[in-house]
Amino acid sequence: MSIEIRNIEKRFGNFTALDKVSLTVESGELLALLGPSGCGKTTLLRIIAGLEQPDAGQVLFEGRDATHQHVAERQVGFVFQHYALFRHMTVFDNVAFGLTVRPRKVRPEAAEIRERVMQLLKMVQLDWLADAYPAQLSGGQRQRIALARSLAVEPRVLLLDEPFGALDAKVRKDLRRWLRKLHDDMHITSVFVTHDQEEALEVSDRVVVMDHGHIEQVGRPDDIYEQPATPFVTRFLGDVNLFHGRVEDGRFTHGDFAHALDDRAGAGTDTAVAYVRPHDLDLARARDGALACGTVEHIHAVGPLVRVEVVPAGGDAIEVVLGKERFRELALVPGEQVYVTARKLAVFSGDYAI
Amino acid sequence: MQTTESRPVRFALTALTLAFLGVFLVVPLAAVFWEALSKGWDLYAAALVEYEAWQAIKLTLIAAAIAVPLNLVFGVAAAWAIARFDFRGKSLLTTLIDLPFSVSPVVAGLMYVLLFGVNSAIGGWLAAHDIQIIFAVPGIVLATVFVTFPFVARELIPLMQAQGQEEEQAALVLGASGWQTFWRVTLPNVKWGLLYGVILTNARAMGEFGAVSVVSGHIRGETNTIPLHVEILYNEYNFVGAFACASILALLALVTLAVKTYVEWRIERQHTASLIRTQQAREALA
Repeated sequence: MSIEIRNIEKRFGNFTALDKVSLTVESGELLALLGPSGCGKTTLLRIIAGLEQPDAGQVLFEGRDATHQHVAERQVGFVFQHYALFRHMTVFDNVAFGLTVRPRKVRPEAAEIRERVMQLLKMVQLDWLADAYPAQLSGGQRQRIALARSLAVEPRVLLLDEPFGALDAKVRKDLRRWLRKLHDDMHITSVFVTHDQEEALEVSDRVVVMDHGHIEQVGRPDDIYEQPATPFVTRFLGDVNLFHGRVEDGRFTHGDFAHALDDRAGAGTDTAVAYVRPHDLDLARARDGALACGTVEHIHAVGPLVRVEVVPAGGDAIEVVLGKERFRELALVPGEQVYVTARKLAVFSGDYAI
Repeated sequence: MQTTESRPVRFALTALTLAFLGVFLVVPLAAVFWEALSKGWDLYAAALVEYEAWQAIKLTLIAAAIAVPLNLVFGVAAAWAIARFDFRGKSLLTTLIDLPFSVSPVVAGLMYVLLFGVNSAIGGWLAAHDIQIIFAVPGIVLATVFVTFPFVARELIPLMQAQGQEEEQAALVLGASGWQTFWRVTLPNVKWGLLYGVILTNARAMGEFGAVSVVSGHIRGETNTIPLHVEILYNEYNFVGAFACASILALLALVTLAVKTYVEWRIERQHTASLIRTQQAREALA
């Protein structure tokens, strides 16, 4: 089922949580709402669920206005960050809850409920825990039970609020792969909220990057990563080095150095900032095509990559990430003078891409 | 590293607690029964089946039977409103709920006398219509409701605030109605606090002296509750009668405690059984 969000506004007192947000979630896709805390992503998710009422705007399910539909009638599955399992019920009763509260006429028979619950528990590989209480489960198990519970009512949409936020790193990684696989099997329209860019990029079909109550960019994970639309997105998606300068004659100039831009370059601007990821930088001993120069301050060689910190005279440190091979080829020594070249850079003037 | 206190310290603390409990709780309680039974079982039983004593017991039970459900409903409603919603005057409401704690029970009784007594406007109107509140059962019930009204709400508010409303929201998303959510999620989650609040309310309702004393009028066999009856008998040097009635109050308190312990034990057993089954399942899987 598709979801359409039209000009949603939400304020809490003086704080604007959402400022005229519009977004379409395609049927069957797995969409990530990504952003720092306070950017409005959870509020948007809760508005879709009906747990929060927007001050203005509309929510449409499959083209039909659902803005004023009660939560209980929306047929959505919602997975809470802290699971919100019913603590006084067993795992089985938790998963069965959505079925047992149905009006008698549409309530499945006890045997059918039992079968469906056990099937769901098998799917999340926890059927052996049917008798346990939530307090006896680990965080990862609780989250899977919460997911099974939300799927028991066969929701039209699955909404997940920071589903892995409270779990440790290893479990988080396993669970997100598992969620992706589950989604591929079930094809239920899903929206999940996260502040972890790696999680968003790895799991979702499309990512919505939000900040301060509005959407910064929507796109497929690699598009967002390769072509960030704004300085905010660039910074939020990972480590980045900033080079301040100007754009002139199709070149980005930074101090004495210049970098040729491709055909995108338009008219010259007064000031511009180039954003370059550490792994898009390289080091050289020749000045040709360099963007900066400095002395090698630190070398951290851990794992397959080597992080090199280059400090230009009177400037902030530049972080460069090299492959082990390249690092060996260069044979860098701390304290030596090197030139920094960029393979790829994103140049913005103000908030606009150039 | 040692994380517990040394043996002498533990022993001293335990002994101190037990001694304190003994002196202030067990000995007086035993003394009540001892004195009540000092002249034998026959006199004890006679003191209880006596008409006036029996009326006092009935009146006490009636007052508690009205005050407890009323304050149960009110307490849950107030706790719900305060823990779940933001509204103007919320802190004022919270303070007002505590009022019966800070007002002396005698003053509480006097308030009702001033409000409903024959000399007041309301009292005059009531008297003209032949409705008696003060020096009658309704007055006793009103005074009892007043002094017991914070207990349930006071127990529930912090509990509900701490638990948050995510579970209730989860129930709503799963399609439950507000009513289903209340009965199947909210209430089970606060049942211990609620039970405790009810026990306190009940204990106070049956044991209240000051406020009830002012509005009662002490009409023997009509407007005397057990505590008032105990006082009258005691003043008349009828020690067996006084302590026999006092022992009834003590017994009622002990019964409520026993019920609470039993319910707790049942729930505990359910959880242990589930724990064992889970453990077995885990072993079977491994």
